[in-house]
Amino acid sequence: MRSLNLSAISDADRRACEAIAGEAGVNLKDCYQCGKCTAGCPLADSMDLMPREVIRYLQLGAIDIVLDAKTPWICAQCVVCSSRCPQNVDICSVMRAVRLASKHAGKRPVPEADIFDDEFIANVRAHGVSNEQYLAAFYNLKSGHLMQDMGNATRMLARGLVGPAIHNTKGRANVAAVIDRALEADAERRAKAAETRGGEA
Amino acid sequence: MSRIGVFICYCGSNIAGTVDVEAVAEMARTLPDVVHVETNKYTCSDPGQEGVRNAIISHEIDRVVVAACSPRMHEPTWRKLLADTPVNPYMLEVANIREQCSWVHKDREVATAKAMDLVKMAVAKVARLQPLHSTEIPVHKKALVIGGGIAGMQTALDIADAGFKVTIVERETSLGGKMVMLDKTFPTMDCSACICTPKMSEVGNHPNITVKSYSEVENVSGYIGNFEVTIREKAKYIDYNLCTGCGACETKCPQKVVNDFEQGMSERTAIYKMFPQAVPAKPVIDAAHCRKLAQGKCGVCAKVCPTGAINYEDEDKLTTETYGAVVFATGYKLIDWKPLYPEYGGGAYPDVITGLQFERLVNASGPTEGHILRPSDNSEPKDVVIIKCVGSRDPNKGKAYCSRACCMYSAKHAHQYLDKVPDGRCYVFYMDVRTPGKGYDEFYMNTLHDGAQYIRGRVSKIYQEGGKLICKGEDTLTSQQVTVEADMVVLETAMVPADGIDELAAKFTVGRDADSWLVEAHAKLRPVETNTAGIYLAGTCQGPKDIPDSVCQAGAAASKVIGLLNKDVLQSNPQISHVNEAICQGDGACVGICPYGAIQIVQKTFRENSRKVTRPVAQVNPGLCQGCGACTVTCRAGAMDLLGYTNESIMREVDALCQW
Repeated sequence: MRSLNLSAISDADRRACEAIAGEAGVNLKDCYQCGKCTAGCPLADSMDLMPREVIRYLQLGAIDIVLDAKTPWICAQCVVCSSRCPQNVDICSVMRAVRLASKHAGKRPVPEADIFDDEFIANVRAHGVSNEQYLAAFYNLKSGHLMQDMGNATRMLARGLVGPAIHNTKGRANVAAVIDRALEADAERRAKAAETRGGEA
Repeated sequence: MSRIGVFICYCGSNIAGTVDVEAVAEMARTLPDVVHVETNKYTCSDPGQEGVRNAIISHEIDRVVVAACSPRMHEPTWRKLLADTPVNPYMLEVANIREQCSWVHKDREVATAKAMDLVKMAVAKVARLQPLHSTEIPVHKKALVIGGGIAGMQTALDIADAGFKVTIVERETSLGGKMVMLDKTFPTMDCSACICTPKMSEVGNHPNITVKSYSEVENVSGYIGNFEVTIREKAKYIDYNLCTGCGACETKCPQKVVNDFEQGMSERTAIYKMFPQAVPAKPVIDAAHCRKLAQGKCGVCAKVCPTGAINYEDEDKLTTETYGAVVFATGYKLIDWKPLYPEYGGGAYPDVITGLQFERLVNASGPTEGHILRPSDNSEPKDVVIIKCVGSRDPNKGKAYCSRACCMYSAKHAHQYLDKVPDGRCYVFYMDVRTPGKGYDEFYMNTLHDGAQYIRGRVSKIYQEGGKLICKGEDTLTSQQVTVEADMVVLETAMVPADGIDELAAKFTVGRDADSWLVEAHAKLRPVETNTAGIYLAGTCQGPKDIPDSVCQAGAAASKVIGLLNKDVLQSNPQISHVNEAICQGDGACVGICPYGAIQIVQKTFRENSRKVTRPVAQVNPGLCQGCGACTVTCRAGAMDLLGYTNESIMREVDALCQW
């Protein structure tokens, strides 16, 4: 899509964009589109929209373009953008908020990133600590990238850096409880926010 | 025999770094008539000047060559120095071995050879110079300010407060100019009328200021200190001595005319005041539309006037007075965008308006009493598009320059619209946002936070569809073509010089640039002077600027005028044209070429071959001549000579270069 009817953008769309920015504690009007975020982004090369463009579409209220964008899912959350922004816009947190909104809207612009997220949380929830060999294995199975990183895996096995043994922390039940509480709180908060905004994501 | 002293400067390493100064000095000692040569690290410094002074006395020098920087830099310094010595200040030649030699060359040998040539030429020329003496020009202690807008009023007030008489010539029927039409002023949002009308009243009541409203400059002659100006006061058909400004005539006048002050958005009567707070606070009759004057019928105003002030027989009055200084404060107008932008409807859509129309719409005393209502149906627009740079930065359709104030007043318009219509949407199409001023960028940022949607890109087309104005543009920040369905569009159009500026500037021989803005004498160092001595610039006649800048410049122009009027007499520049009447043919080629109108042809009687002969010869007015030299190269007979740069002395320079 290379053309936008700005008058066709609804107030609900605008509010949805502002809500996403609000989650990140950002006022979209602060951004004056200088592009310093994009300039410093180590992953810009792999993105479909530049980080600046994500903010720009949010300013315009073009919610669908934002939720379908791959960029927030490719973002590595390195915080270079936020730390360098002259207007103190926390772009990095906006990326996280967009990603969450996108997931809740049932979209997965970069399925691998979503799979990895879910597997990582499940892994930590089960063991109290990340067991990377199993995280990698499940990710490879679910994403279909079966041979990803296998060359490294064989060398690491040979040197005893990884093995089949599972590490469980003593307090893993507590870790699981923390994660559950966080997920519940998020669901509750979203439900409340949806109520006050009149139902959108 | 002349006794020439040559002083060669190192200028630190500026000259000495590239030119072998001592070698130049060695060469200079061999030149004819040179009795003393001296080098100095910094000749212009106090000890350097002292050295020159001492050398003049001890070596009985009567002509001086200084080989140093450009004469633009220090010629006045040397003249001043010579004034205190037995040497005439005009027996001086400056050889520019810095700007035109050491700074532009790298090769030391070549630069040194060139410096030697320059010194040779200067020595050859100075040997042929004659002493010159300034004459005194009287100064009429009275200033003329052309234009009664904010710049003209400020200039007049500043000059008048310094104790000098000022006349303001204003073409319209009231003072106030463009500023009084504006609603608010950025970035402080002061009410424009509230800060402008008190100035108008101050000007109107100032004992040192005469306001000639509804008047224009008819004719000019003279020169600095002595401009003879004829002013045409257009017939007002009302005796201002009798009129009390009660306004009875205006309420009864049956003839309705489009109101220019309200930008065509309402009507006035044929006998009218421009606006209620007008100064002078008295009406005039618009002769073109008055039924009595045009058709001989009506005369209602005369019947209702309680003081009998109406005079249908009134005529234009011409008055001539002499002024010491003139300030142009003729201002600007907005470019006529309609023929230039058919893609914006070319004026066919009533809801595509200009920024000045918006100012009147949002003004409490405007045609809608401050309610923002679109002209077509008086409904409140919910989607407003503001387009910047209409006619500015568009060399193809309009002007290449930036109009400077539009970025700020478009932000102001967006702010005012969102303030008055909180549920409205405002889109501002821009190419850049230029906010260099105190508090300006902060103002723009506040407008963004008010909710104005800035879209980076020009609008390509506006067309009407179902009561909406469809605006097609691009958001270059996302590379998306964007469409806005607007209810009203505000075009922030370019500033251009006021009507008639070309003719008026020609009368005063003030220079104009390609866009007819008046040209200052030096863009950086003489920003309020013109190339014609005694004429100054204030406000937007010199180029687009906002109110603070106009007021600044007005104060600057006033201070120059005060400096001039403070003098009882002026020292004339003696380096002016001189006519050799013996060979002048009186053909007037010089008259046509002179940009200052300084030469005229007069009949003179001579005794030739023991007969009396009367024939035409050129005569130079020493007050007007600026010494540009155009006449000297135009004269076929070679009768014109520029004193200080005589044909003979120039030829000697050429000889020195070619023969010595």
